Amino acid sequence: MMDDSNPYLPYTVRIEDAWYETPGDRCIKTFKVNFTDDKVWDTWSHKPGNCAMVGKLGIGESMFCISSSPTEEGYLRFSIMRMGKVTQALHDLEAGDLMTVRGPLGNNFPVEEWEGKRIITVGGGIGQAPLRPVINYIRANKEKYEELIVLYGSRTSSDICFQGELDEFMADQECGCHLSIDVEEEQWPHFVGFVPTLLMEVSPSPENAVAVTCGPPIMIRFVIENLLKLGFKPEQIYTTLENRMKCGIGKCGRCNVGPLYVCKDGPVFSYETLQKIPEAFA
Amino acid sequence: MGEYKFSIEKLPEVVSGLKEYRVYAPVKEEEGEVVRYKLIDENTRMSIGAGEEFSNSNVPPKELMFPETETLFKFHLGEGRMEAPSLDDKRVVLGIRPCDAQACSIVDNLFGWDFADPYYQKRRENTVLVGLACSSPCSNCFCPSLGGGPAEEKYLDAIMFDLGDTLYLRTITEKGEELAGALSGVLESATDAEKSAAEKQAGEALEKIKRSVDTKGIPEKLPSLYDHPMWEQFSDRCLGCGICTFLCPTCHCFDIQDEVECFDARRARMWDSCMFSEYTVHASGHNPRPTRKQRTRNRISHKYSYFPEKFDVIACVGCGRCINYCPVNIDILDILEKTKEARAKEEKTA
Repeated sequence: MMDDSNPYLPYTVRIEDAWYETPGDRCIKTFKVNFTDDKVWDTWSHKPGNCAMVGKLGIGESMFCISSSPTEEGYLRFSIMRMGKVTQALHDLEAGDLMTVRGPLGNNFPVEEWEGKRIITVGGGIGQAPLRPVINYIRANKEKYEELIVLYGSRTSSDICFQGELDEFMADQECGCHLSIDVEEEQWPHFVGFVPTLLMEVSPSPENAVAVTCGPPIMIRFVIENLLKLGFKPEQIYTTLENRMKCGIGKCGRCNVGPLYVCKDGPVFSYETLQKIPEAFA
Repeated sequence: MGEYKFSIEKLPEVVSGLKEYRVYAPVKEEEGEVVRYKLIDENTRMSIGAGEEFSNSNVPPKELMFPETETLFKFHLGEGRMEAPSLDDKRVVLGIRPCDAQACSIVDNLFGWDFADPYYQKRRENTVLVGLACSSPCSNCFCPSLGGGPAEEKYLDAIMFDLGDTLYLRTITEKGEELAGALSGVLESATDAEKSAAEKQAGEALEKIKRSVDTKGIPEKLPSLYDHPMWEQFSDRCLGCGICTFLCPTCHCFDIQDEVECFDARRARMWDSCMFSEYTVHASGHNPRPTRKQRTRNRISHKYSYFPEKFDVIACVGCGRCINYCPVNIDILDILEKTKEARAKEEKTA
């Protein structure tokens, strides 16, 4: 946990490595960071799904999911899409530079509750960032889960986030990995179409299963619709929400959907909860 | 606890007797008629007693616990060191109205929830609230509907009654009694005469309050009216100025910004308003609450449904400021009344 006496004071982290996952205006850059004060690790503890405020002093901070699993020890990872002022400032940073991290914040995927089940992740675009710690956590604790199926789609083949790791999953016999791109490309050996269509193509059984979907809101909406068609019950479906945030600790007010604060009560919600909140997918 | 009195002429002595504390009191600002709470000394002309009567300050004293802008920490660009301000000063607020004290107790829930907010909490702990019972409530006051009243003591450390030449002071908590102890040279013991005069005044003040709302059932009913046309109707004339939130004693939303001047910088937080479209807009440009209809609905729902769902108390004290200062006369009581009507109608047709 953070400094109990002041949750607004961030930790300082040093970038150990940084690389681009995807090109373009809205490029995604991954940062592998470590605390400048090694002692932070004594009290730091996060779970798949937790977030953190990542920032640069003098510019500000924004909320990002921690895209590394707690099973990856000795560093944290953040994969950040260039979108505005803070993300541009972060993208300007390279290995050796300092950033600030305030966290872990928010709730997490109930990975322990899911033990013994079949886990299906359905990701699109940068939505793979919050799913990555789930996938890596399950792969590190294989014996505790019945099956892992990874579905991922991006606009084009060069927009695939975590390409190397997805290739690894493809090669892994124990993990069912299915990729798709939105538009036909030469030499693309996998599915062509939107993620909700890919989901129907793969058609995973709802039997003893949990489906986790993260991606653009429009994709989430149709994925959930299709999961329901496949027989998944609302309590078997999980997703994450995002909203503008400033404090990250349930005080500044702006991230609410109905009575829930995305920063504190989320970002992870079951569809069972969200279906009752009309503002959830606004 | 103790019952005391002092002559209105001794008010400056009371202030100078509190040298252990920083003293805040309502002060009429020189230009215009704006009353707000300011740091004072014995020479300041404050708006307490002696014909200085006013219904309530324009700006609520929430700014004493949660300033309009405050430094979270200072830092020097290029260095990692961050320095948070110390907030250890003992303070006393003279003349806070019972509704504004009640508002503090409501906002305590939010700032104490899970992650304690050290800035708010330190100020709150170090502050003694000496109230002034209302003798002339404003035409839009409706505090009794929210469990308050013009002489409600529950959320105060001590309460004063303005009896003309004399101020009657009753201490309520240990903090209040400690403060009275520091004033032993100025305070006299109160008699039954002052006590009954205070009671009479409180009763008369309560009778002057004409507006009310029966809040029963509203928190449960509001979510089902999410798609009701009344939201459009009420937000039609809203200018989106945000005054209803800035002057609300329970509104607590804030923004955080880094301010840099050369190499010296600070991270500061400042009041923000859910009535502004920038408040919720994502970096992508997407806005989950793009129109005033959605923002009005969120403001009312937050106060009367979301907040009570989380903290078991409605985030409104009936001070009437949002009604008094709305430039286009949007009236929260009309909205609440419509809520009840709409729901009743729906239940009838169902």
